[in-house]
Amino acid sequence: MDIPRIPVGKAIEASIDYLVEHFSFATKAFSAVLDTGLDIVEGAMHALPPWLFILLTGLLVWRLTKSRKIGIFSIAGLLLILNMGLWKATISTISLVIVSTLMALLIGVPTGILAAMNKYVNKTVMPSLDVMQTMPAFVYLIPAIPFFGLGKVAAIFSTIIFAMPPAIRLTCLGINQVPKELVECAEAFGSSRWQRLVKLELPLALPTIMAGVNQTVMLALSMVVIAAMIGAKGLGGEVWKAIQRLQMGNGFEAGIGIVIVAMIMDRVLQKIGSKK
Amino acid sequence: MEKIRVEKLYKVFGPQPNKAIQMLEQGASKSEIMEKTNCGVGVNNTSFSVDEGELVVVMGLSGSGKSTLVRCINRLIEPTRGKVYIDGTDITSLNTEELRKVRLKKLGMVFQNFALFPHRTVCQNAEYGLEIKGMPLDERRKKAYEALELVGLAGWEESLPDQLSGGMQQRVGLARALALDPDILLMDEAFSALDPLIRRDMQDELISIQERMRKTILFISHDLDEALKLGDRIVLMKDGEIVQVGTPEDILTNPANDYVRRFVEDVDITKVLTAESVMKKTEAVGYLKTDGPRAALRKMRKNSISNLFVLDESRKLMGVVTAQDCARLVQEESRDLASVVCTSCKTAHLDTPAQDLFVIMQDLGYPLAVVDDDNRLKGVIIRGSLIGALAERGGN
Repeated sequence: MDIPRIPVGKAIEASIDYLVEHFSFATKAFSAVLDTGLDIVEGAMHALPPWLFILLTGLLVWRLTKSRKIGIFSIAGLLLILNMGLWKATISTISLVIVSTLMALLIGVPTGILAAMNKYVNKTVMPSLDVMQTMPAFVYLIPAIPFFGLGKVAAIFSTIIFAMPPAIRLTCLGINQVPKELVECAEAFGSSRWQRLVKLELPLALPTIMAGVNQTVMLALSMVVIAAMIGAKGLGGEVWKAIQRLQMGNGFEAGIGIVIVAMIMDRVLQKIGSKK
Repeated sequence: MEKIRVEKLYKVFGPQPNKAIQMLEQGASKSEIMEKTNCGVGVNNTSFSVDEGELVVVMGLSGSGKSTLVRCINRLIEPTRGKVYIDGTDITSLNTEELRKVRLKKLGMVFQNFALFPHRTVCQNAEYGLEIKGMPLDERRKKAYEALELVGLAGWEESLPDQLSGGMQQRVGLARALALDPDILLMDEAFSALDPLIRRDMQDELISIQERMRKTILFISHDLDEALKLGDRIVLMKDGEIVQVGTPEDILTNPANDYVRRFVEDVDITKVLTAESVMKKTEAVGYLKTDGPRAALRKMRKNSISNLFVLDESRKLMGVVTAQDCARLVQEESRDLASVVCTSCKTAHLDTPAQDLFVIMQDLGYPLAVVDDDNRLKGVIIRGSLIGALAERGGN
């Protein structure tokens, strides 16, 4: 007896087709917003001559982390990238990370707050997060193409989906971790739900939320690299080119560039997150 | 006037609270109910009231439901059945917003583990309730400073809670509640997490604050000594039920059942009984204005005592005279009783604990005079009668 094959793939395909057909206005608007945002960020970073940008970044990192070592490291690392001729690709990658991280946080943190405050939201969101986090990253690339076509916006879209879960999860966790006694105290003194959130829960959850932000940035960076496959360009694009042409040297140079960017971002975010 | 009234209050945790209450009414035990309905009984049919300006201690061992009971009063825990009235308003019938208003206006709470907000300074913690109320910054800061000064924390306003010791942290907790100037203070094991010495300080502090402010206080404690020291009345709980309600002396001298008796067995009775409760009224006193040495001697002989307390016309204690001195005056045919009155005689106040009396009475050649705030003689204590009184009340 033949068991009929359940058309899981077909169903998903059909629903995505449906969305593409009927919601193109939404995707177009999304696309326009992201494109402009990306242009502004990238334009701003290109406006400065590289040496000034590197110097300013070094100073900023030093101020933020209060560590001269990390400041010097970031200047040296960025100079190396400039020297390897990867400056433009690096700026492009950083812009993609900034825009997709901002979007992911803009959606992720409020969703996390809602999930912490409402158990029904929580019950819907948490399983979706499990799916989002276990689904191989490459799979997100596919629906991005019919929605946005090849290019940066598709890259940002898949990056947002990939990088958002930790922001949601850790925001929710941070709020739920606020000691029960403090919540009880806020209640006993007659706080409204909103006052309790703003005056007690969010400040106490901040370190955990910052850990989520850190993870989101790191995931965004890794996804932006993978998204080179659908035309994101940047450092990932250089790696992708090197794979296709089997240019080991170029591939590693771009790889080192990614590592440098990742380390600078991670150190800065960790220091900010651990500060009281 | 009645400030808080709790009427037939039940709190059952678990899936079938109504069935559990039914079983309770039929006299089933806690463990039986747990077995049959999977419900835990927190509070079982309790009724009591607290008058305005009264400090009532709800006292019981852990698991006796006292913390649940106090949380039912401001509905941090929803009561399963029964009523709670504050100023005649039934709290259990209020909606969320009305409840919030009552909490804001009337109820301050102090928690066992302080529950200070770690990200706020001491002052910001103390002003939290006022901030919630929407009071402007200047005004609430001023009130917070006043409250902090009241609890002896002036100068610490801008510190963070974790820079303070446990005792100081709980002072902040107390200031946070007092800053709101609520009618009612709920204190949930407020001093239980403190070292014994600091706990005693805080108890004394609370007593002195209470003397000035006369709040209605419901104080939760598992420490009998604390309950006896602080409480105007004590509500003794066991397994979610009230076993006895009464003044500290009631509880000690007339325990309602064996449980209470066993409970109070180990109490050091000398800490609880005051001079007032062990003193004897005395009729044998001399009046400086009317009595001469002869009259004084006659009074002493009549009551077979060898010393006599001498009072002025408003019964204020002037001092003590001995039979010997009076006899000498009679021989010298002097009428001047005042010349032999020993004005530096030791006295005790009505509230002096019995344990302190032993020290005061050591090497005292005459009975101890007990006086009130205005130095009026209220009674006397003779060493023998002190020990007798203690033996009689202690019962062990």
